[in-house]
Amino acid sequence: MARITAGVTTSHVPAIAATIDLGKQQQPYWAPIFKGFEFSRKWMAEHKPDVAILIYNDHASAFDATIFPTFAIGCADEFESADEGWGRRPVPIVKGNSDFACHIAQSLILNEFDMTVVNRMDVDHGLTVPLNLLFGDLKPEDAWPCEVIPFPINVVQYPPPTGKRCFDLGRALRKAVESYPRDLRVVVFGTGGMSHQLQGTRAGLINREWDTKFLDGLTKDPIGLTKIPHIEYVREAGSEGIELVMWLAMRGALNDDVKEVYRFYHVPCSNTALGHIILENQ
Amino acid sequence: MSDKQLSPYLNEFEDIPGTLVFNTFRSRQGFNLNQFCMSLMKQENRDKFKANEAEYLKPWKLTPEQNDAVLKRDYLKLMQNGGNIYFLAKIFSTDGFPYLVAVSTMTGMSQEEYSKMMLGGGRGIKGNRSKSNPSL
Repeated sequence: MARITAGVTTSHVPAIAATIDLGKQQQPYWAPIFKGFEFSRKWMAEHKPDVAILIYNDHASAFDATIFPTFAIGCADEFESADEGWGRRPVPIVKGNSDFACHIAQSLILNEFDMTVVNRMDVDHGLTVPLNLLFGDLKPEDAWPCEVIPFPINVVQYPPPTGKRCFDLGRALRKAVESYPRDLRVVVFGTGGMSHQLQGTRAGLINREWDTKFLDGLTKDPIGLTKIPHIEYVREAGSEGIELVMWLAMRGALNDDVKEVYRFYHVPCSNTALGHIILENQ
Repeated sequence: MSDKQLSPYLNEFEDIPGTLVFNTFRSRQGFNLNQFCMSLMKQENRDKFKANEAEYLKPWKLTPEQNDAVLKRDYLKLMQNGGNIYFLAKIFSTDGFPYLVAVSTMTGMSQEEYSKMMLGGGRGIKGNRSKSNPSL
């Protein structure tokens, strides 16, 4: 059967995409950020997942203003990098796993999570930046080392789902994975965050203390984190800090007991407090 | 949204200073604006827009405020008129600017001041939590 071996969270800042695409990783501003992922890339290369289920949010790329699906899953065979206004990113095409994704969609819906099934979509920086950070700065002619199931959650139009709902979705996702008959090693990504605000006169907000508590809670007390209401995310971590509910979907998919094998936190990454954690199932 | 009775859920967000939460009502208000932004995901449309911005905007039926704010790249006004940053990103990406530059224009700070603030650890939370209780 398929099983989830680990969870990874990371911010998915678009400026990281531009930095990789323009080959500026060694610049003094960026070098410490990429250094922060050296361990993670080694860990991932040794961990060798077959499939990554990548929870992220679409940033008005695949979904325009006509439709905001709360929970969606990409069931296509492959996904191209989106043109977000400066051309498509020069990264490998993302290969999905259609059979596994369709199984997960069915299992989730029958477990009362009403997924939107997406049979064609482009994927934006929300998905490709985490792939870069964990798998390396690959070129279009390369291949990502595992299959990827894109799992977009709406955090753009309010209300997004609650943290608790995302955590429960993660638990249902674990059941869905474990009921798939093929032997697959699965890593679940929760992306976005940490504190940042990209709009209004309060833009630039960073709250290291709150972020640190969230990172601590993710490992040791995720149930406690599920009690955080939307207003607290926005007040304490900024209007875009709400993305952290997606980290709880990842956490729900893991066992209660996890081992934190790595943590990285860096300010600033563009407008954002970059946070990253690796948790292995015990 | 001014003549609208907000729900208790949305009312809470109104207490956060300098913050506009993109809710379903603002999404309705900004629909045409945000769909115009999406059109800039194609190079041919970016070329047409750059060639004659005012002409390109006509079929999108923006309000006069939205239209004017697009031409002036007044991102704060665009947000106040139903725009969302991820949609508006298509405009500043077309202009060749990153988020940091566009976002800084909404704060009343110069780009240099804003970048310096970020390098110093970002905008602090103290005093920025609540309009009704600025000491928080």
